[in-house]
Amino acid sequence: MTQTTADSPARRQRAQIKERTLRTDQWWRYPLITFIIFTAFLVYATWAIFDTSYFVSPYHAPFASPCLATSCPPESRLFGFAPFGDWYTLPPGLLILGLPAGFRFTCYYYRKAYYRGFWLSPPACGVNEPHSKYTGESRFPLILQNVHRYFFYAAIVVGLVLAIDAVKALIGNPTGLGTWILIVNAVLINLYTLSCHSCRHITAGRLNHFSKHPVRYKAWGFVSKLNAKHQELALISMFSVMGADLYVRLVAKGIINFPFA
Amino acid sequence: MSYKAKFRVWRGEGGEGKLEDFTVEVNEGEVVLDIIHRLQATQAPDLAVRWNCKAGKCGSCSMEINGRPKLGCMTRMSTFTEDETITVTPMRTFPVIKDLVTDVSFNYQKAREIPSFTPPSDVKPGEYRMQQIDVERSQEFRKCIECFMCNNVCHVIRDHEENKPGFAGPRFLMRIAELDMHPYDVADRKDSAQEEHGLGYCNITKCCTEVCPEHIKITDNALIPMKERVVDRKYDPLVWLGNKIFKRSSSKS
Ligand code: SF4
Ligand code: SF4
Ligand code: FES
Ligand code: FES
Repeated sequence: MTQTTADSPARRQRAQIKERTLRTDQWWRYPLITFIIFTAFLVYATWAIFDTSYFVSPYHAPFASPCLATSCPPESRLFGFAPFGDWYTLPPGLLILGLPAGFRFTCYYYRKAYYRGFWLSPPACGVNEPHSKYTGESRFPLILQNVHRYFFYAAIVVGLVLAIDAVKALIGNPTGLGTWILIVNAVLINLYTLSCHSCRHITAGRLNHFSKHPVRYKAWGFVSKLNAKHQELALISMFSVMGADLYVRLVAKGIINFPFA
Repeated sequence: MSYKAKFRVWRGEGGEGKLEDFTVEVNEGEVVLDIIHRLQATQAPDLAVRWNCKAGKCGSCSMEINGRPKLGCMTRMSTFTEDETITVTPMRTFPVIKDLVTDVSFNYQKAREIPSFTPPSDVKPGEYRMQQIDVERSQEFRKCIECFMCNNVCHVIRDHEENKPGFAGPRFLMRIAELDMHPYDVADRKDSAQEEHGLGYCNITKCCTEVCPEHIKITDNALIPMKERVVDRKYDPLVWLGNKIFKRSSSKS
């Protein structure tokens, strides 16, 4: 058997090559672009939490929906529901943003992307990572990534809320551009949610006898098709939610004010 | 149409060695392995390289070409420009025997550590009845040609030799997933996947999938589903409770 401790002869017997990588392509592009896009998203989300123009009838900015505090305009509340009373003075977005944020943070695609783009572990295939120790997701804290499926359950609710917001907008202003932006966004967010790996597992991935569960097997086939596009859906829905959110806020601020806004 | 290409080939024994420069003829339609063979036939008769089928099916000719794990016999010279210097090294994660030939016994060791297919004791060979849809998922994994480039590229062991004892690598974590999904396998593989074979080390960065010459979706179809199965067993209080209440057997459904 091969000796495998750090200073073992086997370690020395690997080809001793000084270069961190011999790749000649632009392997640094993927981590760099990931870093830039995700950082922009984080900066925008932080700004959005503290921005107060999240509602303009009938549009509700997705980052602040559902609005659960009495400080939210009554019309913006989900079925008039406002469990957080006057004592709650922080931005209402803070109450719910943890759920979609946690969903994306523990998403298998986002994990791949930020492990590569932010933690450089590894920055690209065949490029050495800069860390001397590595335990990955085998222990605390990263073992907590295993809670992902609970965020998935929450994400179903969030996806429903966004769909309700879109319907409300459609009733309130069927010809508004904002309405259609919210509809497209709600569709993309829900597709992203459905394409989740945990969803695929729960649907039927955990079964070994597909033939005994024909309905679940069919659903699994459908989710698997979406799942193959999970990365694309994750990115497109990230842009759509950011775009829809910004659009509503700009309308609320009066910056966008053409007739069909 | 032939031209002279610039090659840099790693040459050495037992880890000690260096990149040597060659200028060598390339003809239309050739692959990197052809060029290595031409070097053997002309300038470097003692250059060691492992190969067998020249058809991308035996998994022998794994090497790193311009820093990326590739099958030498499936890498066309036409994918490079004529003035490019092409660097060829042995796989970095395994000890070198000579030149481009590595000792891949790590992989055989790991294969042996995984308990083989374990059917229920009351089913005799010949009595297995399976529907196609029940085995379809694992058939994808059977396309593996054991080139071990996935284990070679995986940063868990490529960059951290000390992780080798506790990590089976994507190739064999995929084997565990294959058996765990098998309708007739009754061995419990979830705890051991996590505790003994190091599934938790994988951070799903997908390099194994990127290099697989058989285009097996190792991460999406084997590793992530296996991680989810481990969550069922070890980290999901609801599944645990459901199994207690309904007295379900938690291992196979
Ligand atoms: S996805 Fe996991 S097993 Fe595959 S190369 Fe990356 S860390 Fe290794
Ligand atoms: S899974 Fe793919 S990369 Fe890994 S050994 Fe098999 S064929 Fe090679
Ligand atoms: S949302 Fe990406 S895997 Fe669940
Ligand atoms: S020689 Fe068989 S795979 Fe290349």
